Amino acid sequence: MLCLGIEGTAHTFGIGIADSKGKILANVSRVYVPEQGGIHPREAARFHAVNARRVLDEALNVAGIELEDIDLVAFSQGPGLGPVLRTAATAARALAARLGIPIVGVNHCIAHIEIGRLTGRIHDPVTLYVSGGNTQIIAFDAGRYRIFGETLDIPVGNCLDVFAREAGLSHPGGPNVERLARRGRRYIQLPYAVKGMDMSFSGLMTEAVRRYRDGAHLPDVCFSLQETAFAALVEVTERALAHTEKKEVMLTGGVASNMRLRTMLELMADEHRVKFFVPPSEFCRDCGANIAWTGLLAYLHGVRQRLDDTEVRQRWRTDEVDVPWRGK
Amino acid sequence: MLIKKGAEADIYLEPFRNVLHGAGQGKVMVKQRISKRYRIPEMDRQLRVSRTMLEAKLFSDAKRAGVPTPLVYEVDREDTRIVMEFIRGRQVKLILDSLNPGLRRKLCRLIGRYVARLHRAGIVHGDLTTSNMIFTDEGRIYFVDFGLGGYDSSIEARGVDLHLLRRALQSIHFRITDDAYRAVLSGYRREFGKGAGEVIKRAEEIGRRGRYIQKEARACR
Repeated sequence: MLCLGIEGTAHTFGIGIADSKGKILANVSRVYVPEQGGIHPREAARFHAVNARRVLDEALNVAGIELEDIDLVAFSQGPGLGPVLRTAATAARALAARLGIPIVGVNHCIAHIEIGRLTGRIHDPVTLYVSGGNTQIIAFDAGRYRIFGETLDIPVGNCLDVFAREAGLSHPGGPNVERLARRGRRYIQLPYAVKGMDMSFSGLMTEAVRRYRDGAHLPDVCFSLQETAFAALVEVTERALAHTEKKEVMLTGGVASNMRLRTMLELMADEHRVKFFVPPSEFCRDCGANIAWTGLLAYLHGVRQRLDDTEVRQRWRTDEVDVPWRGK
Repeated sequence: MLIKKGAEADIYLEPFRNVLHGAGQGKVMVKQRISKRYRIPEMDRQLRVSRTMLEAKLFSDAKRAGVPTPLVYEVDREDTRIVMEFIRGRQVKLILDSLNPGLRRKLCRLIGRYVARLHRAGIVHGDLTTSNMIFTDEGRIYFVDFGLGGYDSSIEARGVDLHLLRRALQSIHFRITDDAYRAVLSGYRREFGKGAGEVIKRAEEIGRRGRYIQKEARACR
């Protein structure tokens, strides 16, 4: 069985094709880059609409199949930006209707976890999912993916990106902060906010910007910003690990490309003698393969949707999703 | 004897006379904050020392406010450890689901009252989960971990506290969350008195605030 998955929640429009054995036949993406400032939802949606056809053709081409070979369409139903979600959903509905095949809406966050489970030899991890739009610590428990910790305000990727912008660093913000942080030597104390199992990054971001404007050495600020934000992420992941007693830790999402965060999480995993895994970078980023594979899992385990049930869900929480493929 | 390897501290149960002085009887708990290799040393040291000192003070202030907590015998700044009274009992986390609904509600109301007492004393707990509460054989509930607590009298901080407790109930006691949380709130209201409604409302708002709403707020900017 072949599933075509459409990703569209934020910057990325992606189409992936997966078969029911878990083989990814194609994974093609186009990424919207705002001319200035942060993401503009309607412009991102327009970018996705304009590029949809080209991405589709390329994906079919890479997979070496015809459109008619597709048996199932999956799409990112949420969470994400409304206009962007609706564009991907419209494309998915059009394909399903035209081909007369079933359609399945997939939760974007869970797709990140499932592709990780597919590509790594891990089964039941505590997942730290960190990107520009999401910051969650997730673990499977009693039939659901439960959120053990999350940000109370802005996602950590957004914290890094906005700081980068305020400090005049070019796109992409996060990687530029990381590059400069390597030259940082002096630790500037910044607000460290772990509240129970949740984290807060907006105060940290504001203070880092303030320090920079007050004349602190930019590499030192980048270094301190990373150390502070990441220590909070690792601490909460560690707490979730201690709490759930799971034996695996997975790091995914766009911020997973940060080598300092990887190192910190790996050190923590080592101390607890648990396995640490980061999926291949193309799957850490938003992409269609994640959606295709997760849609396939859902469909093969009995999830069915009518076209009328495919309305997008901008605030779809990870812990609201039924995951019959994982049992109880 | 190491009895628990927590995320940020190791908990030891030791004979009183070994840790403190020879005349003492019984056992003590030692909470030792451990160094984390993933943090840079400056930050690691600073976090451990400040959390140890703060926690010791919170234990005694909470007790003064009428919330059962272990008695603090010794605070060691250098070793970042606290020596305290050993509370015999079971974690509320382990028993809450299996209690009969009547007793469960009673316990939850009591927890709500204690949270209100902390708040009225200007304390926020910062980590209200049922694994930090011990149910003793005498039927008392002790709050045994103030590791993430602090002094804050804002509605926001108090709201976060209640929100965290609800989140803990959701993730650990998902079968009885609503019932348990309702009982917590009823105890909280009764003890806190005027102004409780405002805190409870804020807690709900914080829950709704979650990531996805912020994302839209940002999108509209």
